[in-house]
Amino acid sequence: MNQENEKQTLGIVVSGSLNKGIDIRLDSSACVEDMAVGRYVTVEGNKRRFFGMITDISLGVIDQRLTLMPPDISDPFMAEVITGTGTYGTLHVLPTLTIGGDVTSLIDGPQPVKTVPSHFSLVNLATQEDVELVFGKEDEKRFYIGTPLDMETRICLNLPELVKRSNGIFGKSGTGKTFLTRMLLIGMLQKSAAVNLVFDMHSEYGWEGGSEGGHKVKALKQLFPSKVAVFTLDEESSRRRKVSTDCIVKIGYDEISPEDMALLHQTLNLTEPAIEAVYQLFRRFGKKWLQSILEMKDSDETSDLLKELNIHESTYQNLRRGLATISRLPFLVPNSPDSPVQRILGYLDQGINVVLEFGRYTDITAYILVANLLTRRIHNQYRERMEKAIGENIAPPHPLVITIEEAHRFLNPGVASQTIFGTIAREMRKYNVTLLVIDQRPSGIDSEVMSQMGTKIICLLDNERDIDSVLAGASGRNELKSVLSRLESKQQSLILGHAVPMPVVVRTREYGSAESYKGFASAGEADIKKQAEKDIEELWY
Amino acid sequence: MNIRMDNAQRLGEVIEASTTDFTAQCFELFQSPPLGSLVKTIDESAELFGIVCHATTASLETGRRPIARGKDETNDEAIYQSNPQLLQLLRSEFSVLVVGHKKNEKLYYYLPPKPARIHSFVYLSSTDEMKEFSQSFDFLNVLLNSHLLIPTEELVAAALRQISQVFEDPYSFLVTAGKELAILLGGDFNQIKTIMGKLKQ
Ligand SMILES: Nc1ncnc2c1ncn2[C@@H]1O[C@H](COP(=O)(O)OP(=O)(O)OP(=O)(O)O)[C@@H](O)[C@H]1O
Ligand SMILES: [Mg+2]
Repeated sequence: MNQENEKQTLGIVVSGSLNKGIDIRLDSSACVEDMAVGRYVTVEGNKRRFFGMITDISLGVIDQRLTLMPPDISDPFMAEVITGTGTYGTLHVLPTLTIGGDVTSLIDGPQPVKTVPSHFSLVNLATQEDVELVFGKEDEKRFYIGTPLDMETRICLNLPELVKRSNGIFGKSGTGKTFLTRMLLIGMLQKSAAVNLVFDMHSEYGWEGGSEGGHKVKALKQLFPSKVAVFTLDEESSRRRKVSTDCIVKIGYDEISPEDMALLHQTLNLTEPAIEAVYQLFRRFGKKWLQSILEMKDSDETSDLLKELNIHESTYQNLRRGLATISRLPFLVPNSPDSPVQRILGYLDQGINVVLEFGRYTDITAYILVANLLTRRIHNQYRERMEKAIGENIAPPHPLVITIEEAHRFLNPGVASQTIFGTIAREMRKYNVTLLVIDQRPSGIDSEVMSQMGTKIICLLDNERDIDSVLAGASGRNELKSVLSRLESKQQSLILGHAVPMPVVVRTREYGSAESYKGFASAGEADIKKQAEKDIEELWY
Repeated sequence: MNIRMDNAQRLGEVIEASTTDFTAQCFELFQSPPLGSLVKTIDESAELFGIVCHATTASLETGRRPIARGKDETNDEAIYQSNPQLLQLLRSEFSVLVVGHKKNEKLYYYLPPKPARIHSFVYLSSTDEMKEFSQSFDFLNVLLNSHLLIPTEELVAAALRQISQVFEDPYSFLVTAGKELAILLGGDFNQIKTIMGKLKQ
């Protein structure tokens, strides 16, 4: 390849349209096999410079006879003469931005394209400066998330912009979602005004996580001890893993409401009438409903009550079985002395991020129950405070980002309209709360919720329906589809949405080495730097 | 102006000229330049460049043909030894297709305003001139569109073979030329193949 800063000419524009993208005929000096889908190019139009991404690469022949009677390319002379003349490569490029050239893009930076470059405009591989011009440099708002393919330039996300809406991280199992999330959490912690609440199903964000290589990687609290509090539902597991926890969460029966049960009807195998019964019993017993049902004996009194409430015996049994499963969860106690919601809010108000570890309770029932229950209450509080803040003209609470995994369990079309998560995703940041959802099966998420996602970070997906659901509504969908299906199975992702000026494929920033931790330490975080240096030293001596 | 040309190899003298081509008689019998050579002739206004496209050796007097004389000789060289007058009765000529001209130090790849002057000398181009001339392949177009006794593929290949010899890397010159031809000939892949076949050395 040429020198780094020298322009590498690829070819010229020969046809195209704004909707479908433009076709570029490759110069005979540029080899098709050196091209890669997802790379950036610039097109030097007469009046503007265009910036775009290669979305397809194809082969052409001048004369169809060549395909019928192929030349003898075992003769290198013939082969060399024919390539680029008789046969040629074409690139399909989706121009997305104009950079420089016209007044607005000089003043306001890259602008969305409204036209195509004229015929035979020269096409170059984008240089480091071009990419930097588009994605911005790392600064107090922009967080370095990865590098484009085949380039060293840093792609940055505008985090204050990112947290204004709900966002999603999607990808098959083992593609790097957890690693990406960890990094994004660090970014938000450093560069946005938001605080995070993470429902950490596999206990990998708070203290430390594992990697496929088998070694441990540091998580938030180890890197930013003063900015992160770790809550746990499973004290024993946390102690065994030597996590320094800030709070052990116990949830009282009276905190569970009928809505929580509605969300659990699938995982607990509850029937419709059973859910109906919960509401009836709630009306009867109030906050003590769960305790009351669990304490019911098989007595005449009970059957009278059921008859009175018109609850069928089989429905009652179905409900009892479901509730028994819940009551076996050790972090649920009949009476909890303190309220986890207030404890969490206490930290969030100080600007401290909260990670709630689930320890051994990785069962989806526990996860849905707790995440839903806490989020609903916290959201309520936020709503009240926001309304008060607006009414009385006082400072609103810190913007809050809630991270949930297995998001389709909360946001599938069946429940999205009823759950608190569906509400948060749809209302945007009205009450200063947004979501960061992580999911392997985005097709399971309600399409309306999906369309409200501000920024999507998508790792490899291979299910057609999943791909369709994450790209729904994106312009240049077909082109992005072909890019998406060609991502590597790890540490590569496609980012699209508000936090980036155009869809971008990145090799995700490396996470897990002492060197990488050092990279996260900005000027103010001298202790991480010191610790990282110590770690590096230990590696060598 | 001839002083300048002293070092160049003088091949012959123009004896017939038209806008598109000229014919020269060799100073030495049988000494015509190889087919495809780049030659030039000079007149007061311009240097004319051309590609040798044909050569003949025949009797001086038109209509009179040489007759076979070697029946009793041991080898064919002996014929000339026994009949020294023969060398005076024969002459060699070569024809040149004009492909461009140079005026005020600038090369033009199209026909000159005037044909070559009768009796002006014809020289073989120097290595530098050949390199300079072949910086553009526009002359190939003239060759491809010529109507000559020899197939145009032959002429094009011969010219490229000749010129390629002055380059340090004849192969890469031929590849570049081949690409140019492939573009000029558009889809006519068979013609490209024919020429390519004749370029190999
Ligand atoms: N940015 C990165 N830096 C270093 N290693 C990475 C990175 N991204 C991914 N990996 C590697 O890929 C492996 C899988 O990543 P990760 O655990 O994040 O997958 P996942 O998408 O969360 O999978 P699952 O859906 O099963 O939870 C990691 O264990 C790690 O070895
Ligand atoms: Mg994971």
